Amino acid sequence: MIPELGHFALILALAMALVLAIMPMIGSLSNTPSWVALARPLAWGQFTFLLIAFACLVNAFLVNDFSVTYVAQHGNTRLPNIYKISAVWGAHEGSLLLWAFILSGWTLAVALFARQLPDVMIGRVLAVMGMISIGFLSFMLFTSNPFARTFPVPLEGGDLNPLLQDFGLAIHPPMLYMGYVGLSVAFSFAIAALVGGKLDISWARWSRPWTTVAWVFLTIGITLGSWWAYYELGWGGWWFWDPVENASFMPWLAATALIHSLAVTEKRGAFKRWTVLLSLLAFSLSLLGTFLVRSGVLTSVHSFAADPARGLFILIFLCIVIGGSLVLYAWRAPNVTSGGEFSALSRESLLLGNNLLLIMITAFILLGTLAPLIYDAFGWGKISVGFPWFNTMFVIFTPFLVLLMGLGPLTRWKQQDAADLVRQFRIALLASLGAGLLAALPLLHEGSVYAGLAVMLSVWLTTTLLLSLRKRLRHRQGFGAFLKDIRARGGGSYYGMLLAHFGVAVFTIGVTFVTLFDVEKDVRMAPGETLELAGYTFRFDGVEKIQGPNYRADRGTLHVSRHGQDVAVLKPEKRTYLVQTRPMTEAGIDAGFFRDIYVSLGEALDAGSWSLRLYYKPLVRWIWLGGILIAIGGLLAAFDRRYRLAVRRDVAATAAPPGDALATEGPA
Amino acid sequence: MSRKLRYLVPLAVFLLLAGLLFRGLSLDPKLVPSPLIGKPMPAFTLPRLQDPDATISDADLRGEVFLLNIWATWCTACRAEHDVLLQLARTGKVKLYGLNYQDQRPDAQRWLRQLGNPYVANAFDADGRTGIDWGVYGAPETFVIDRDGIIRHKHIGPLTVEVVNRDILPLIETLKSGRS
Repeated sequence: MIPELGHFALILALAMALVLAIMPMIGSLSNTPSWVALARPLAWGQFTFLLIAFACLVNAFLVNDFSVTYVAQHGNTRLPNIYKISAVWGAHEGSLLLWAFILSGWTLAVALFARQLPDVMIGRVLAVMGMISIGFLSFMLFTSNPFARTFPVPLEGGDLNPLLQDFGLAIHPPMLYMGYVGLSVAFSFAIAALVGGKLDISWARWSRPWTTVAWVFLTIGITLGSWWAYYELGWGGWWFWDPVENASFMPWLAATALIHSLAVTEKRGAFKRWTVLLSLLAFSLSLLGTFLVRSGVLTSVHSFAADPARGLFILIFLCIVIGGSLVLYAWRAPNVTSGGEFSALSRESLLLGNNLLLIMITAFILLGTLAPLIYDAFGWGKISVGFPWFNTMFVIFTPFLVLLMGLGPLTRWKQQDAADLVRQFRIALLASLGAGLLAALPLLHEGSVYAGLAVMLSVWLTTTLLLSLRKRLRHRQGFGAFLKDIRARGGGSYYGMLLAHFGVAVFTIGVTFVTLFDVEKDVRMAPGETLELAGYTFRFDGVEKIQGPNYRADRGTLHVSRHGQDVAVLKPEKRTYLVQTRPMTEAGIDAGFFRDIYVSLGEALDAGSWSLRLYYKPLVRWIWLGGILIAIGGLLAAFDRRYRLAVRRDVAATAAPPGDALATEGPA
Repeated sequence: MSRKLRYLVPLAVFLLLAGLLFRGLSLDPKLVPSPLIGKPMPAFTLPRLQDPDATISDADLRGEVFLLNIWATWCTACRAEHDVLLQLARTGKVKLYGLNYQDQRPDAQRWLRQLGNPYVANAFDADGRTGIDWGVYGAPETFVIDRDGIIRHKHIGPLTVEVVNRDILPLIETLKSGRS
């Protein structure tokens, strides 16, 4: 009965979405305020029914209702409760439900928190979100109903994929989806602005905090996914350039370009068309990602069961959403007035450079991801594109990106005197060149050039950020200058920028050092045997059998010491889950700020000895630390009090003079 | 380029991409040409799944057109294709043998008891050595072998009714009727 309620709630949600997509939009065009006013209640209704549907599916997992096909495939009585809940989004149908649920949540959030926006604008934004919702809800109802029943009812479920029985992966998809779906808000704002033909500065100001929040979620989701892959897949990798990972990284890059471009549009009125296009692009790339994951056109370790019928449905949906929005763009964009003149050396031009680099990287990743498909489609044979392609691209583009990131905050809007800029960054240039050389010299062997380069870039970024901070605080005295500045001017977006850019510096160091200097050894060890790796002594104390809630495992014990001092006891496991008897490795990790020691258990060999894989991974934590800093920076920026003030000011006087927000930010 | 046309560029790029994706839907990325096609099937002698004391070898299978299905209880896709296998077996058009791959014997026996047994017989390949000889890189896979013991076709991934009707059954008809 309850699953039918869920199914029914889904149908009602679709009905709500249909009305939401049509009535407020027509109302806004025909000047019928009563139709526009329907948008908010409909957003509530849609959210309520999807909440009910979602709760019904969670309930079906919790009570082990194996009469529901989806639960029978992915649930199990012995699954711990937290994984029963995460199993809801552990496969295709349920993750679609999560998608739709989150979309309705974002829709409601816009309806609730964007109270100061003109009703017509809100009506249009919510209507566009309703259209997207129609696509996902009908996709679910017509091709992938999570509430479909099965008969005869199996006694036990097929269990959740053991890879997904992990806390990191339980929260990774919701975070990622919050990001993907959040980009639909920026998309809807852009479409609403195009429909109204009014691409003004207030549009950018409204869209900005939403875009930043979505981008923060995407950042957290990707960071979590990378961290999970590191400790769960058992070979210490943290990024695989797998199509599904690329599918999350491309929208992130486009959204990164977008939040920078939105800043220019809001403050200077420039780049309007480009910003609109990026808003469309960022969400289109999330949809494309969904298509690549669900349709089976590419092979990936993450792919859900592929089904060409589903693929065709998403492709048609893609054509309507992306194709339709680009037609609208081609129709409306020529009439947009360009504003905000700027010279060749200005903050605008640097941000434009940064945007072009980010989009180029995105294009290369897209090309690399689709290359196997392109080859296949033209009958050129089968290829696979791997690490060399993507890594080479990164080594080429990143230095330019970081160079611009350092210059940007020191540069004035509109026009910057070159000599003055050089005078400002002189110290940073010297410091970074010096540090880079110092880092490269003692390591004069393979890879030292890259290590030197990474150190140079990170020092460059950090010192220029400090210079920018000094400039900002130049009128305030003493140790409390920083606090005084925050109290007086707020500046969440400025300090958020500092933190996020510093996160990039930390990330760059982490990636480079762990790539160049990690040490890896495949060994065979008998109990009592010891081994040296990177200055650490590993003693293998044998393997015992243990029993988990829904798995059996072999658990090894290794004592790690350095110069006779105990460092850690690692307990890597090899688990066999009872239902899906695939062996799973649980790495034993001793995490540290400067290095990780990582051990994974291989196969049992004769006489109690085992094959083991030992790793020494310098600075690997800095990769995720960088990601966390970037996300925190984004949060600070998104909740800058300026937006609330500015929106209120906009309502008071709809035509805010361009650039008035400059007073609170940047080296004006 | 005229000013207005410039704004059509994103649309044009997208349409190209959409065309490519549409073409991609009808391609199968997992379709890696198997070097074994057209070659005699690799020899093996393995214990039978249902009777550990008896063996089954490639010689027992030879003589008529048959399917060899690689499966395991840990493979969810195998569960998905199991109904298709049962339907196929019920038609009586072709003999279906199984290679139970890297599995636990009691689990596999329970699976067949619970879900039904479409196989004439099953070889039990506990360590996966035979699977390696056959070039298996993931269950399920299904091979079509002709009466001379030559591998004619390999399907990777779960069989569906469409795949069976489109690829498998017509091939079996030709192999049965053709005197080679």
